[in-house]
Amino acid sequence: MEYINIFVKSIFVDNMIFAYFLGMCSYLAVSKTVKTGVGLGAAVIFVLGITVPINYLLENYVLKEGALAWLDEEFATVDLSFLSFIMFIAVIASMVQLVEMAVEKFAPALYGALGIFLPLIAVNCSILGGSLFMQERQYANIGEATVFGLGSGVGWFLAIVAIAAIREKIRYSNVPAPLRGLGITFIITGLMGIAFMSFMGIEL
Amino acid sequence: MSETAEATKDVAKEPKEPLFSAKNKRLLSDPLNDDNPITIQVLGICSALAITVQVKQAFVMSLSVLFVMIGANLIVSWMRNLIPGRVRIIVQLVIVAALVILVDQILKAYLYDVSKQLSVFVGLIITNCIIMGRLEAFALGNKAWPSFLDAVGNAAGYGWILIAVAVAREFFGSGKLWGVQLIPDAFYEFGYMNNGLMILPPMALITVGIIIWVQRSKNTKLIEEN
Repeated sequence: MEYINIFVKSIFVDNMIFAYFLGMCSYLAVSKTVKTGVGLGAAVIFVLGITVPINYLLENYVLKEGALAWLDEEFATVDLSFLSFIMFIAVIASMVQLVEMAVEKFAPALYGALGIFLPLIAVNCSILGGSLFMQERQYANIGEATVFGLGSGVGWFLAIVAIAAIREKIRYSNVPAPLRGLGITFIITGLMGIAFMSFMGIEL
Repeated sequence: MSETAEATKDVAKEPKEPLFSAKNKRLLSDPLNDDNPITIQVLGICSALAITVQVKQAFVMSLSVLFVMIGANLIVSWMRNLIPGRVRIIVQLVIVAALVILVDQILKAYLYDVSKQLSVFVGLIITNCIIMGRLEAFALGNKAWPSFLDAVGNAAGYGWILIAVAVAREFFGSGKLWGVQLIPDAFYEFGYMNNGLMILPPMALITVGIIIWVQRSKNTKLIEEN
């Protein structure tokens, strides 16, 4: 039950885009058509689902205060948490590279679909954000962290597909000239955010 | 962006130019308006919106970004001939991450309450697209001084939008600026209400949308086709 709760919460209540504005740069740049939106969204789900649990292990067995106790008694007081940014980003950058190579080798069809989007993702704020939120919220076990990662990815996916669909349609509308493109996308995202706020407080 | 790139190519050819030549001044002034990182280049939106509820947070965030950008731009432009092209993203990420750790530790030591409010967004300066974008587009191909100016200009362009949004949100949302109440109590007794909507996250997006609207109606050459 706890898993479903975290999953639903991370999709709707704590939506990466509408509640925290993470990954906005690629969200705005790649949302011109639904097809590319789906590609990038799938890649984000994939990478978040992998990096959050890995960073969870790193956090709990290497970085946190006392996390190194499994190595030896004398390390029990070591606190490496100030290194977490650099470790997380290193994990993310190398995982993205690894995933890219693995997907290319074992699932060429998927690689064709995700291809150009995978490298972009290393610098997508929502990936690092996922790991940092995981660190801040202190999930109880690796299962919860994985579910949180996947849920955040699905939330991001929903958001980018929705805005891409709206942007495809809005091409036929008469938007005031200075608002065209970026401006109207911001305002629509704001309105969608207000709509998503109605999920606030949902508990399962 | 292509304009600035061209301009700086010339700078690199004539090393004896005065420090504040016309081209170098443009590096500083363009990002404030015509080439603003947030409203035109669409970089660094992620962090720009989430921490604009109060002016103080926005100010601290802008200063942190300024510091990280200057440091990263200088280091990368000094090392630009040593960094192999294939691993440059990781090298840049490590440089930026090291600087962000510095900022984070300083904030935790001296401004603990602000650092708590900024929560994950200090760490997210690492993946702030402005920094990576300017490193890729500028510092990798230019000398240290123009890179420094580019960093200052872009951080200032980022900062003023951030602070403008924060001023609007804090003033209308809670009637305060920098934590000081500006709307007198008498107004509230007459039935004036704070607009609670302004504090909520979606209004940041709409405020930036309005800034873009105003900016583009003043400067019609920035209008997009669709």
